[in-house]
Amino acid sequence: MTATNTLARNLGRLSLFLGKRVLALLVTITIGVYLTIWIANMGGKVDEIRELQIRTSVAQEVRNNPANNDLPPNERNQLIQERVQNEIQRLGLDEPFIYRSGDYLARAMSLRLGRAQNMSSDAGSRQVYAIIGERLPATLLLFGTANLIVFFLAVGAALRLSRRYGSRLDRTVIGLAPSSAAPGWFYGIFLILIFAFIWPMLPAGGMVRVPPPDNDWAYALSVAKHMVLPVAAMVVSQIFIAIYSWRTFFLIHSSEDYVEMARAKGLPERLIERRYILRPTLLPIVTNFLLMLIGLWSGAIILEQVFNWPGLGTLLFQAIGQRDTPVIIGGVVIFAYLLAVTVFLLDILYAILDPRVRGGPK
Amino acid sequence: MNRWLDGLKQLRDYPSALAGLAIITFLVALSVYTVIAIPYGTAIERWRGGEHWQRNPVNAGPVWANRLLGGDLPATQTVDSQGAERTVEPFPGGRRISMPLSLDFQAGDFPSELSVFLQADFEERQPFVRLTWQRPDGERIPLGSYKIGAEERIALSQDRALQRRLGAPAHVGLFAEDPTAAEPTVQTGTHQLIVDAIVFEEDADVSADLVAYGQVHGLAGTDHQRRSLMLALLWGTPIALAFGLIATVGTTITTLIIAAAGVWFGGWVDAIIQRLTEINMILPLLPVLVMVGTLYSTNIWLILAVVVALGIFSAGIKTYRAMLLPIREAPYIEAARAYGAGNGRIVFRYMIPRILPVLLPTFVTLIPTYVFLEASLAVLGLGDPSLPTWGKLLNAAQEQSALYHGFLYWVLEPAALLMLTGLGFAMLGFALDRVFNPRLRSV
Repeated sequence: MTATNTLARNLGRLSLFLGKRVLALLVTITIGVYLTIWIANMGGKVDEIRELQIRTSVAQEVRNNPANNDLPPNERNQLIQERVQNEIQRLGLDEPFIYRSGDYLARAMSLRLGRAQNMSSDAGSRQVYAIIGERLPATLLLFGTANLIVFFLAVGAALRLSRRYGSRLDRTVIGLAPSSAAPGWFYGIFLILIFAFIWPMLPAGGMVRVPPPDNDWAYALSVAKHMVLPVAAMVVSQIFIAIYSWRTFFLIHSSEDYVEMARAKGLPERLIERRYILRPTLLPIVTNFLLMLIGLWSGAIILEQVFNWPGLGTLLFQAIGQRDTPVIIGGVVIFAYLLAVTVFLLDILYAILDPRVRGGPK
Repeated sequence: MNRWLDGLKQLRDYPSALAGLAIITFLVALSVYTVIAIPYGTAIERWRGGEHWQRNPVNAGPVWANRLLGGDLPATQTVDSQGAERTVEPFPGGRRISMPLSLDFQAGDFPSELSVFLQADFEERQPFVRLTWQRPDGERIPLGSYKIGAEERIALSQDRALQRRLGAPAHVGLFAEDPTAAEPTVQTGTHQLIVDAIVFEEDADVSADLVAYGQVHGLAGTDHQRRSLMLALLWGTPIALAFGLIATVGTTITTLIIAAAGVWFGGWVDAIIQRLTEINMILPLLPVLVMVGTLYSTNIWLILAVVVALGIFSAGIKTYRAMLLPIREAPYIEAARAYGAGNGRIVFRYMIPRILPVLLPTFVTLIPTYVFLEASLAVLGLGDPSLPTWGKLLNAAQEQSALYHGFLYWVLEPAALLMLTGLGFAMLGFALDRVFNPRLRSV
């Protein structure tokens, strides 16, 4: 009887807590996306540029139409003016930016990303979804691979090193940690220099051979070959700092009283590691892992640019260069939602697994 | 205070910290020297290119690198007429001035270009100059005759007629044993450029400089616009340090104060700070910076301002909050309240100083992150348009396909300085971390 009561009360409190979190997250995303809309539109200035573009292209069109050759100049100008007005009204550019920004926001938040202004996907579609969808796998493949390698290698190595604390290997790895001060693209330049120019054994950039091989296996092999250098660059730049911080983390947790207690009882080292060190530290490890998966594309712009990798980062860079606001906002909105969903999942996970959080925040 | 001094004394036990400190001292000294030796205005003026660099070769590597690898590529040699033996023969209506410029050429390869710079001092009638080349074996080759103005550059290597006559461009044709051979060899020894000038006025005079542009040049080499990379390497140092330091100070200190205020006041203040931090986490830093750089301006101070503005409510607030929360409940804070300390006093004198030692390592390791951020933007082509920086050298090298053409120095020099900065601060930061971080000291 009391057990079910407690459960019901806990569930009630949990759903209240989660409800509040969803609301807070939604407000957060809305404000974040709205700020992005303002920045990406230069506070409305991009629309002035667009208006000018429309004016030039309409004027060009009218002048090039042989049917308009006989029109007197002022009638022709009137025709141009009319068409420009139509086009501006069709795109809603006659309203002040502050109204339109609200409209952009509503569309972005409901994930109606619309059509790009002048970019198109390789398949020829103007839909923002199609454009982003075409580039997303490339980024996921590259950064997913690199981050997975870094994560598992670092956690595994850190566990081992924390057991052999103070050994020569341990000291070497710690001594190498400052090398992570330089980002991946920086090591990328060196790797390209060495393995693509001095000893040309790997491609300097791109994602697949040109022209792409017909055979699926050959295609996969070619992609794998192109991935080696960027993945290596990311791993080199992150691995030592990752091992360093995980090692510190494990060292702190393996000096807890309950671990000493287990050691005193004479439990085998493997068991202690699994049950007494890894189990209580699982939450921070999972948190770190999920946030890493989400954060993977934030550094993508420059690394993809250096390796000429056709991913989201390159796309965003091109979109910003061409002032293609729908694509920029689309990218940011998708990122924001992914981040929010991750944070929310983590909240649920913490609420379920951690008794201290289960009671809800004080 | 004692705690700080003790900690700093302990640093002596860490060789990596000393190495880091040495590197940082070197970089700071280099910055101070640069700012004094080449004033800001001059540096920007020169980096714009043009006149100042016309006696530098195009795309020449550093001399020392070539010598270290055992090469004997020619360095730039300049011979001026000041030291030359002048013979003056007056004739009715003018004078004939003859000056041989001797060039002792011993390198194993040809110069990359050959030019003569002539300066004339006259009132109305332009002097007339005839140039003749005399090779070590005594052969004389007439180069041509020119009517010259006050400042004249005669680019012998670009003289098509001369090239046809010699069978190769002047810098090869004049120096080769046999210019028409498939792989011509260099004729070493003393070459002479004989400048015969005829001036028509009483006070008129002519002076000449012969420049045999090297294939290697100076300590740092040159780029595609003949600019010495040294200028950008030198000026990149104070800019990188200033950017890194200001961005770090700007972000950490504001973040710390805000976090401390949030923890101390709690309630809605804390809630608002938390929400702002979450909003800020959604805005991806690099894309926003790229947007600002592309759409507004690439001025480095504007970018710095945006970096600081976006860094104020950074994820660091969450970390600091976690550190400050237990401190709020500490007895000494209660004691402070009991004697009537105000909110400001508690935040600034009691809470923040308490976690400063723990933050010092983070602070030091954060500096290179911002140095590299500036370089990243420059590599993306969003560097400040007028400032010479390390990142802009990398960007220029990439645009000119330096790696493809084998101009490795162009990439390696700025990269080495960037790496040095990163390592210097990171090594000091990691050592500080072990000294000041109590959690690490216990293990």
